[in-house]
Amino acid sequence: MLRLEPRPQPSRLWTLTTPPLAVLITMIAGGALFAALGKDPVEAIATIFWQPLFGEFSFYYRPQLLIKAAPLILIAIGLSLGFRAGIWNIGAEGQYIIGALAGAGVALAFYPYESALIFPLMVLAGALGGWAWAMIPALLKLRFGTNEILVSLMLVYVAEQLLAAMALGLMKNPEGRGFPGSRNLRQYDSAHNAELIAGTGMHWGVAAALIAVILAYILLSRHSLGFHIRLAGQAPRAARFAGVHPGRLVVFCLGTAGALAGLAGMFEVAGPAGQVSIDFNVGYGFTAIIVAFLGRLHPVGIALAGLLMALTYIGGEMAQSTMGLPAAAIQLFQGMLLFFLLAVDLLTNYRIRLRQREVA
Amino acid sequence: MTLTRLLTTAALALGLATGAVAQDKTRVGFIYVGPIGDGGWTYEHDKGRLAVEEHFGDAVETVYQESVPEGADAERAITQMALQGADLIFTTSFGFMEATLAVAEKFPNVKFEHATGYKTAPNVSTYSARFYEGRAVQGHIAGKMTKSNIVGYIASYPIPEVIRGINSAYIHARKVNPDVEFKIIWAYTWFDPAKEADAAQALIEQGADVILQHTDSTAPQAAAEKAGNVVTFGQASDMAEYAPFPRVSSIIDNWAPYYIARTQAVIDGTWETTETWDGIGPGMVGIGEITDAVPTEVKAEALALKEAMAAGEYHPFTGPLNRQDGSVWLAEGEVADDGTLLGMDFYVEGLTGQIPN
Repeated sequence: MLRLEPRPQPSRLWTLTTPPLAVLITMIAGGALFAALGKDPVEAIATIFWQPLFGEFSFYYRPQLLIKAAPLILIAIGLSLGFRAGIWNIGAEGQYIIGALAGAGVALAFYPYESALIFPLMVLAGALGGWAWAMIPALLKLRFGTNEILVSLMLVYVAEQLLAAMALGLMKNPEGRGFPGSRNLRQYDSAHNAELIAGTGMHWGVAAALIAVILAYILLSRHSLGFHIRLAGQAPRAARFAGVHPGRLVVFCLGTAGALAGLAGMFEVAGPAGQVSIDFNVGYGFTAIIVAFLGRLHPVGIALAGLLMALTYIGGEMAQSTMGLPAAAIQLFQGMLLFFLLAVDLLTNYRIRLRQREVA
Repeated sequence: MTLTRLLTTAALALGLATGAVAQDKTRVGFIYVGPIGDGGWTYEHDKGRLAVEEHFGDAVETVYQESVPEGADAERAITQMALQGADLIFTTSFGFMEATLAVAEKFPNVKFEHATGYKTAPNVSTYSARFYEGRAVQGHIAGKMTKSNIVGYIASYPIPEVIRGINSAYIHARKVNPDVEFKIIWAYTWFDPAKEADAAQALIEQGADVILQHTDSTAPQAAAEKAGNVVTFGQASDMAEYAPFPRVSSIIDNWAPYYIARTQAVIDGTWETTETWDGIGPGMVGIGEITDAVPTEVKAEALALKEAMAAGEYHPFTGPLNRQDGSVWLAEGEVADDGTLLGMDFYVEGLTGQIPN
């Protein structure tokens, strides 16, 4: 008989080894799934994990990894601060949309005037837009004690409606023959979030994600505010005695998460996506929640988790088109990753003991 | 192999040997917005792909990727196909337009075909079908079949193609039933069975006993079947599993002849940028079997309407027609030009509600 025994302290060893272990188990279970679908499991796993990094076309896919991972990391970093403090912002998707709308709005307002000041203004607007959208659940929580999980989530749907309204109305391309969608910002030099070095995938969003990782690391390990965030999550009572102001923490965590999500949206709309369209958002705000937990809410972990998630997306697409794997099988594979991570997570907090058969 | 060699030899003989022909196989790629099992839009495109495979045998290899989101991810999916050596790529949804053009610029030797869009390039063609001809037939049957005089319409996105469909259906329903009223729900999706079922349910609760859909799943058919006395039409695909009732007819997209012709053009080296917009006549739009649930005389009228359009004798947008605000659009006998139809962003007179803005 197996028995679970709580550990007095979460195991450091298991904290570090469970993510790779989860990836390994996912590969095995996923391989079995692909085999059941009649595909070569080794080839499928290799396509997903190896081809994008070292395959024939890796020159194209490596930059794509950065493009896909950047918004995930940027958003997840912001979310992780709140999650550590027990503040649950589920609405990053909405903040991402509003950031994109604010950034694109600035660009479209100036079109076709060219100036080096337009892009910095868009960055500012994107961050402010996301911040403002996140302030709604923050202020409602402070003033009326509403639940930030529900309010932030519901605001995602409001943001989606706003996005559709903008793509069909105010921001619609006047030269688009009545079709929805804004002008293509990639064809507007002052607003285009172009690659910093051509062919590397490094656009401003990737740079911003990198900076966010470093700043979050410093904040959490060196700054008293970071200490307060951790304390509030682990021991709310103790935090209050230590002089932590819960209201300020709510405003800071939601605001930062909103601003970072807004930035991610702005960089996306000005670069990879190029235009405000009804289908602009593809779920980065929700996937980032998985990334945050996969990365153990640690900035470096989040950076790695973001890259891994991007790898499964891009490799998964490759497996789809080269091996004819169904899209649903790839989604299942990604789901397994989180499932197994949560499952083996048990080992960090518990130890498995063989129970002796008790004497009757 | 033999066919390839034959073609290669023929091409050499004609002095047309190009890089693409010298390759052993022509690779044709398809980018789908939904899953191939959606039973509607993507399903029919995939049938077209299979027809290409069957027609060319070993000379052609096809690849596809399903459920590709419209937006930044589409660009990667299309690039991937081009990198892997596709010679011809069909991107089968309006939302892939910008992505298709961006990739096409980077791969000047690959040919691209974008469905339902309006932007072309030296290596990008567009193609679409005059679905509004099929909508005219549906509208006629709907106007005759409704008892509550309320026709429900599940619309996807407020783009010209969808608005054209609504106008065409409404014009022909009103022609046979002046009291008919259209209730329109915008689902903002091409494929989402749950949302489509909700929309159908809402329309039924508002008294609709005929439902037209411009979304791709069979969920509205299932909802109508459950309600018992609601008439539906198959969309994009025949959806014959719901015949003879609630599905009484359908609009079938038939892409196979076009896909085969374009693949042949790439093999022959005669591919050129074109803007194709075909209707019932050339066979791109088909009308699925009208079942016995429809009275015989209505069926005969509907088929006559179809024949008139196929022969080019009748255009569904023939004046007198006014815009929703009462202003004159087409005078008596005047026929709408393609430019106006392609950019249609207004309702015709009699429709209530506003196009979302």
